[in-house]
Amino acid sequence: MGQLERKRGGAPVAMRRLTLITVPYLWLLALFLIPFAIVFKISLSDIALAIPPYTPTMEDGLWALLSQLDFENFVFLTEDDLYWKAYLSSLQIALISTVLTLLVGYPMAYAMARAPEEWRPTLMMLVILPFWTSFLIRVYAWVGILSSEGFLNQFLLWLGIVDTPLKILNTNTAVYVGIVYTYLPFMILPIYAALDRLDGSLIEAAEDLGCSRLEAFWLVTIPLSKNGIIAGCFLVFIPALGEFVIPSLLGGSGTLMIGKVLFEEFFANRDWPVASAVAVILLLILIVPIVLFQRNEQRQAKAEK
Amino acid sequence: MVNDTSFAPWDDPQERPLIRFQNVTKRFGDFVAIDDLTLDIYQREFFALLGPSGCGKTTMMRMLAGFEEPTDGMIELAGEDIAHVPPNKRAVNMMFQSYALFPHLSVWDNVAFGLRRESRDKDAIAERVEQMLKLTRLEKFAGRKPHQISGGQRQRVALARSLAKAPKLLLLDEPLGALDAKLRQATQFELMDIQEKTGTTFVIVTHDQEEAMTVASRVAVMDEGRVMQVATPEQIYEAPNSTYVADFIGDVNLIEGRAKPNGGGAYHINWAEGQAPFEAKSDMVLSEGQRCHLALRPEKVGIQPNKPEEVNAVQGKVLDIAYLGNLSTYHVELSTGQVIKAQTANTNRLSRRDFMWDDPVWVSWSASAGVLLSQ
Repeated sequence: MGQLERKRGGAPVAMRRLTLITVPYLWLLALFLIPFAIVFKISLSDIALAIPPYTPTMEDGLWALLSQLDFENFVFLTEDDLYWKAYLSSLQIALISTVLTLLVGYPMAYAMARAPEEWRPTLMMLVILPFWTSFLIRVYAWVGILSSEGFLNQFLLWLGIVDTPLKILNTNTAVYVGIVYTYLPFMILPIYAALDRLDGSLIEAAEDLGCSRLEAFWLVTIPLSKNGIIAGCFLVFIPALGEFVIPSLLGGSGTLMIGKVLFEEFFANRDWPVASAVAVILLLILIVPIVLFQRNEQRQAKAEK
Repeated sequence: MVNDTSFAPWDDPQERPLIRFQNVTKRFGDFVAIDDLTLDIYQREFFALLGPSGCGKTTMMRMLAGFEEPTDGMIELAGEDIAHVPPNKRAVNMMFQSYALFPHLSVWDNVAFGLRRESRDKDAIAERVEQMLKLTRLEKFAGRKPHQISGGQRQRVALARSLAKAPKLLLLDEPLGALDAKLRQATQFELMDIQEKTGTTFVIVTHDQEEAMTVASRVAVMDEGRVMQVATPEQIYEAPNSTYVADFIGDVNLIEGRAKPNGGGAYHINWAEGQAPFEAKSDMVLSEGQRCHLALRPEKVGIQPNKPEEVNAVQGKVLDIAYLGNLSTYHVELSTGQVIKAQTANTNRLSRRDFMWDDPVWVSWSASAGVLLSQ
């Protein structure tokens, strides 16, 4: 088909295609690659008491600029154990909260896919509804729920389950709650999409061939929603790794996450070069799951063909 | 099985049926899908449930598979009431209309799926899978995924998978619906062949009467949750018990009239005022003046240019000609306005056709050609 078109249309078709492909690449170049290049350049610079707070700048001339760049800041990151601890702790928190989100999200997606047809749009709406309020306000709302005098503790005290308020706010638990709450729709939607496509007769076939309900779920439903699970996990894990708002609002002093470190380097220490180096490393760490995610998406697209 | 004239367990009072529906009723809310149905199916039968969509045939099959429970009544399999046994606990397997092959598993693993649920013996499973793949000529495709094979091959995988556990009863839900006409025919004979080889009892659900007639040892014609007639394909075709069955199976002329017994099973049928009555023979006892239908198959009606010597002959003119290649069906309009279809084999080339539109013709049939129906 494609070959035929090219023969008939000749150069104009090829030109049109090229233009079409160029647009997204220009987009990526302007909004991703150039900003990244700037950040990368700052990460190779030195801190300075000036505006902007680093040297060298373009004013020094290109050659002077290039000759003054070095990897000092990256070396510094390896010397202070705060940074690698923050990376590790971020990885751990992101991993645990991804698993928690999956455990909460899968049953919800499953229930949605099994709900009567006329209910599904409403349920879908309810999942998306929280996006209509500001993310920041929703996270603040959790402060009101989780604090010592918050709704949750008052409710538990009223029930008589506890006699002193639980300390939840400013702990890692609150961070998990926040991340699971915030990213739940990103987990539910791809899993729901996968489960919705699942042919009900496959489950019946599994039961017919001797599976109990649970075995059929494990042997058919789970494998066939695998792509949805993988997509959902990446969609939660990737932003959770660099999360800043949730740990700084709900987490305590003991909560170490790279997003928070990054924020403090930038705005508290005003050390832009080190902050940029932290960001570059974070990006490198994220490239691995992003590439894996892309490959999963491609494989799925191929299988559906 | 169909050719085997001695195979007729339903005529043998000693024979115990494999499946017994006893006064089975199934309601979905107010809707009665199956209405007080009683039916026996025997071992090694190839039994067809035939009817239009919504007649309850699929509900019956799903009750046999265990996906639906009857509201009332008993379903026995080999003497055991299975009405409330879950699908994974009964020796019944089903071949789904959509085939329902597991897309994440290879052909081999699809066939092995059921076997793995009941046995851990890897060698026994492998042996059985190979046997099934050989039976369905799929050895070459064992490693492929369902989306990498053709529709006909998928159909065979579904068959192999449902036969692998050697069920007492195999259910086939419109098994050939997704295949094109040529492949369908070939597959029908393949199905019969496999049924004979394995000796499994097959129950097939179909809306295609030709398919039912080809494969089945007996056919149950269903309508609105009731079985209208259960009989061999020959009987269903030659001796339908109602106008519904006669009309549903094949093409038929239905002539309404009033019976006048002539003794010895012979009747005169007064079908139109001022017209000579038709003569018909029937084992049924009809009273004088009883309303009845004469059901005539088009291929049993002759068409001639001149008045023939038959007992029943009427004149009319050719209204329409349906050319089917090997056959032609002539629609002949009588002077009363009624239309009678007559079918002839096209033994001559089309250019030498005997009758053209508006030609005056005679249609005729013998006294025993038609069937008298009182309902």
